[in-house]
Amino acid sequence: MSVLVDFALLAFLATTAIAVVRTTNLFAAVMLAGIYSLLTAGLFTVMDAVDVAFTEAAVGAGISTVLMLATLSFIGSKEESPQVRITEISAKVPDRRPLFPLFAVLVTGAILIWGTGDMPPFGDPADPIHHHVAPRYLEESGHEIGIPNVVTSVLASYRGFDTFGETTVVFTAAVGVMILLSAIRRKDRYGEERWGEEDVPNLFRGFVPNFWLGDDGRMRAPPSPQEPGEGGEGKAS
Amino acid sequence: MSDQIILRVATKIIVPTILLFALYVQFHGDFGPGGGFQAGVIAAAAFVLYALVFGLRRTHRVLPTWVVRTCASAGVLLYGGVGLATMIGGAEFLNYNVLAHDPEHGQHYGILLVELGVMITVFGVMVTIFYFFAARGREDL
Repeated sequence: MSVLVDFALLAFLATTAIAVVRTTNLFAAVMLAGIYSLLTAGLFTVMDAVDVAFTEAAVGAGISTVLMLATLSFIGSKEESPQVRITEISAKVPDRRPLFPLFAVLVTGAILIWGTGDMPPFGDPADPIHHHVAPRYLEESGHEIGIPNVVTSVLASYRGFDTFGETTVVFTAAVGVMILLSAIRRKDRYGEERWGEEDVPNLFRGFVPNFWLGDDGRMRAPPSPQEPGEGGEGKAS
Repeated sequence: MSDQIILRVATKIIVPTILLFALYVQFHGDFGPGGGFQAGVIAAAAFVLYALVFGLRRTHRVLPTWVVRTCASAGVLLYGGVGLATMIGGAEFLNYNVLAHDPEHGQHYGILLVELGVMITVFGVMVTIFYFFAARGREDL
């Protein structure tokens, strides 16, 4: 029965992945990516990793879908059709060899599939992962930590230092987003909203994503009610 | 979307339930699946849902930006603070045994506080990132 559910979920997963690649409607792609996350959460549930499933459903299917939708409200939800793109690229790059990327992808995929042959069978009690520190956690955590959920014991106590690092990484992510997204939204001394690369803190110049840079190499505003105009010259002088 | 009566009523019912479930996942984490990270993202999802239906302006009124920013850093400080407290108690960093007379109780307090720190940080970070994405290029916020 569980195998049947596995097969159904994996088949849906593959279908969704192919659909994401093939669709040119970005709104549909975002929604399908959310469905992909939800299916993954279902797979985690089947594998008894309920807490991972929680996280995947809330972050993958919920919050990141909303974040991508917020992004779509700026860039629009229509991708250029693949034909247009390919002809444009081929016009710019005359000697385009699709064979090499295809070769690289095939070889990498073959190596990955070959490598799975060396993986221990899923769920086998003789697997190495069950014979390192796991027996100690299972046997000792009951009276060492005294709470029934071994996962919590490992995460919060035995591996508390790792979890501290993870929490710090999450915090750093927020700081990064705040710096990137607030640096470009600042008013100059004339009270005019400016969008210039000089508004980015020195440390982060050169790390500004390409899609924010215009043809002149300066940061460009996202489509907002009014374009920033030529306010730039006033400040430079 | 605030003109959709069904969405509004359903959201009003569902948001407190999600928040309650987040607290359950947090404080039942010692016995069942879950913990700080899961509770944090579930609580953040509740506010994201509220913002989708009622708009950013009203969400800002419920949960101002400075509150979520403070949350994001307060959780890390709480976690590190527990570590410092154990060091002051004479043990290694994050060795909760010294937090109470009985080492097992010490572990309980330590895990509770540390998971609380994780939840507060994850909640603050998720809502902060959402606020920044959703408010981009909007002059009225």
